[in-house]
Amino acid sequence: MKRLAKWRHLLLFSLLTLILSACGKPYLSALQPSGEVAQDQYDLMVLSTSIMVGVIAVVAVIFIIVLVRFRRKDEKIPKQVEGSHALEIIWTVIPILLVLVLAVPTVMATFKFADVSAMDKKNADGKTDALVVNVRANLYWWEFEYPNEEIITSQDLVVPTGEKVYFNLIASDVKHSFWIPAVGGKMDTNTENVNKFWLEFDEEKSDSDEVNNVFYGKCAELCGPSHALMDFKVKAISRADFDQWVSDMQSVKEPKKATSDLASQGQEIFNQSCIGCHAVTPDNTTPEAARQAPNLTNFGEREKIAGVLDHTEQDLKNWLSDPEKYKPGNKMSGTYGELTPDQLDALTEYLMGLKVQGK
Amino acid sequence: MSTIAQKRGFGAVLWEYLTTVDHKKIAHLYLFAGGFFFILGGIEAMIIRIQLIKPNNDFVSAGLFNEMLTMHGTTMIFLAAMPLLLGFMNAIMPLQIGARDVAFPFLNSLGFWLFFFGGVFLNLSWFLGGAPDAGWTSYASLSLASEGHGIDFYVLGLQISGFGTLMGGINFLVTIINMRAPGMTYMRMPLFTWTTFVASSLILFAFPPLTVSIFMMMFDRLFGSNFFDASMGGNTIIWEHFFWIFGHPEVYILILPAFGIFSEIFAVFSRKRLFGYSSMVFATVLIGFLGFMVWAHHMFTTGLGPIANAIFAVATMAIAVPTGIKIFNWLFTLWGGSIKFTTPMLWGIGFIPSFLMGGVTGVMLGAAAADYQYHDTYFVVAHFHYVIVGGVVFSLFAATHYYWPKMFGTMLNEFLGKITFVLFFIGFHLTFFIQHFLGLWGMPRRIFTYLPGQGLDTGNFVSTIGAFLMAAGVIVILINIIMTSVKNEKVGNDPWGDGRTLEWAISSPPPFYNFKQLPLVRGLDAYWIEKMEGKKGMIPAEPLGDVHMPNNSFVPFVISLGLFIAAFGVMYQADEGNTWGIPVIILGLAITFGSMLARSLRDDHGYHIHKEDLMDDNDKGVKA
Repeated sequence: MKRLAKWRHLLLFSLLTLILSACGKPYLSALQPSGEVAQDQYDLMVLSTSIMVGVIAVVAVIFIIVLVRFRRKDEKIPKQVEGSHALEIIWTVIPILLVLVLAVPTVMATFKFADVSAMDKKNADGKTDALVVNVRANLYWWEFEYPNEEIITSQDLVVPTGEKVYFNLIASDVKHSFWIPAVGGKMDTNTENVNKFWLEFDEEKSDSDEVNNVFYGKCAELCGPSHALMDFKVKAISRADFDQWVSDMQSVKEPKKATSDLASQGQEIFNQSCIGCHAVTPDNTTPEAARQAPNLTNFGEREKIAGVLDHTEQDLKNWLSDPEKYKPGNKMSGTYGELTPDQLDALTEYLMGLKVQGK
Repeated sequence: MSTIAQKRGFGAVLWEYLTTVDHKKIAHLYLFAGGFFFILGGIEAMIIRIQLIKPNNDFVSAGLFNEMLTMHGTTMIFLAAMPLLLGFMNAIMPLQIGARDVAFPFLNSLGFWLFFFGGVFLNLSWFLGGAPDAGWTSYASLSLASEGHGIDFYVLGLQISGFGTLMGGINFLVTIINMRAPGMTYMRMPLFTWTTFVASSLILFAFPPLTVSIFMMMFDRLFGSNFFDASMGGNTIIWEHFFWIFGHPEVYILILPAFGIFSEIFAVFSRKRLFGYSSMVFATVLIGFLGFMVWAHHMFTTGLGPIANAIFAVATMAIAVPTGIKIFNWLFTLWGGSIKFTTPMLWGIGFIPSFLMGGVTGVMLGAAAADYQYHDTYFVVAHFHYVIVGGVVFSLFAATHYYWPKMFGTMLNEFLGKITFVLFFIGFHLTFFIQHFLGLWGMPRRIFTYLPGQGLDTGNFVSTIGAFLMAAGVIVILINIIMTSVKNEKVGNDPWGDGRTLEWAISSPPPFYNFKQLPLVRGLDAYWIEKMEGKKGMIPAEPLGDVHMPNNSFVPFVISLGLFIAAFGVMYQADEGNTWGIPVIILGLAITFGSMLARSLRDDHGYHIHKEDLMDDNDKGVKA
């Protein structure tokens, strides 16, 4: 008996790991929802899957009976049945009812997710009380502008947990699609119109060890060779931390002075070759057309380099010396001359020092 | 001119096929050309799966991968699935309604050659600077930004082959409306004929939007217009609407004939008439109608707003009802039957659960709010492969085995056929089932690689293994076809023994004039009725008389060739400093319109097979 119990535990344990691993990674998977939108969508998935499993079960039973019972055993000709009104009515009406059961919550959720009325409610300053982020998708990077806070960042979206965050979405070159699977379904960034929706980031899930406050974001619409590499990260932090981050960002009024000699050399190179496209101040006064590349104000605090490479000095040097190799078709390749190892060292030192929070 | 002569050289056979207007020979052409493109699309699929077998793989480059995925989709839909189905329609539908040919044999041939030259043109892109790379949907902002001539090949190639498909559709409609044998009322038509009829009307209404939109795309790319250029006041969303107003009915153009094929197979191999025939017909028509009402469910994330999304969500779910009717009618056709597990029947048995999976995920995708998660992920990839492979490709394999004797007079090997089924069926589920989960785990579609550490490695590995099994299954069926053709053992009228419909009442393959005397149809499953009353064949509806036949013609080939030549001119005239583009356009169009003119000015009344010749030909045709 005891042995059996042990086996049972083992079985249970392995089943559990199987189920858990079957849910993907908590920072990426839509099956481990970490916010209101994703949770509602997950519930809708569970509802529709249950209905469908029911349908499959009915079909499976009939199917198996048919295959077992009605194999050809002799050469007799079976009775030619024309049909059955009763049966046909049953399998017309029941699916209609099932579809209705699914249709009602679907329609409700569709309207709920589209409710962005808070974006229109302006307070005395002409700003919204709700947090708004303007997302601009570019080949192959993301810009995040906070219009109320008047700051801009790129690649790492920073958001507070536990409240609705509203998004304006647009693309500046070709169509992309903005998707944070664990937090909510996607919406396209079109080239001609602004799309709006909201997401909410769950505090508890964000703080969990596996997520560690960083969700993965993806581009979901084919946009060219490096479509697969157009990742971004989402730092979901508490409201207090978020406010701190905002004020730290806002405090950068002009490009931060490099502190070491090497970094100063790097800054010089940067000012000659890079600053035409890359800003190192977060203010949002420059027009969109002039913001041709990711804003690097807090580059030293990013999760990744170019969205996909590890945030290490070596990876940064690799990236700077041959961006085409790591992100084919990107717009940075060929805009500057070849960098010597010394120049790479200097630039790396400077860029890695671009931090606003001093942690 | 007639095809009575049997032994001829290769050159003569080639010339016969280049000029034929016989629906059965055109069916062969569709089968071979479609089969060739199917292999091509399959190779592209294998390259895609090999690239994705492990994270950060570098089997193909990012740009080449996008070309592969675009050409895989485009080839499989436009150049493989649809032509193969058109091939079976051509081979079987006229026989099923007791006709001697389609209504417009010349147009039938023209349709094939347009499709063929369009397909060849599209695939020449591989050798002429790169294939299209914006996905088979070719969304406007990306396709306008795409460099080189890839998208131009897509636009021009599909335009030419699209004309061919449209002609095919119109031709089948006219044939079914006008050329049914005496007694063959609409509600006595076999279900494959019915689905051909509905699919053809879908072609009639769905292809014009495609034609229009790819014309606009052509003008944007090659002649400086700005229909889709947002910075010049154009709009890319319009392309999405156009494409899906075509694209969604296209799915039903593919799946309805597949339903038809399986309806025939289930009835024959369970020796029962189709359960609920009239509700099957009704469901087919309803699906065809609703198919035009749901295109925007491909655009739930485009930002159409909650009202549009909700309406299209409910409309999409509604399609589940007629589809469910069909599934249950098939099950109850089998219920109480006497089921024989031949190869075609195995594909049918495999089809029910596979297609059901694709169907239920379709309803799930229809739930707009949840679709925001599924959209453009591997969940969608899994869904449409369950529908298109589990439905359409299964039906193509089934039809290949089922109709091979009627088309070529020989039986494919049953043992090898079953091996193909087992390999392909297991491989199919291994490849695509896991992809539902990959999508939900956060894998977008159309990505050329993925980073490790995202929980996507195992799933992709499993999927690629499955793809190899599918490839193995396809290789076995090719071996089967070669072996069968070499052995060349001829079979009789009704080789499966349980044929129910008119095509099994005449020899395999049928004589070029099909029916010596048009048959009299006395009910649904006309041939079965006669068999059950102990008769050997159909009762003729007319006395033996002269048969009027059309002459072969090389003109369709030349018309298509002219457009093929003109397409090169259209494409290259946009290049800077190009001087030969415009003359080539003129030359190509001159060939096309010149041959049309020649055809119009020359009276071609065809010829008659005389009664006496038909009487000599006693072992063929309907026995009087």
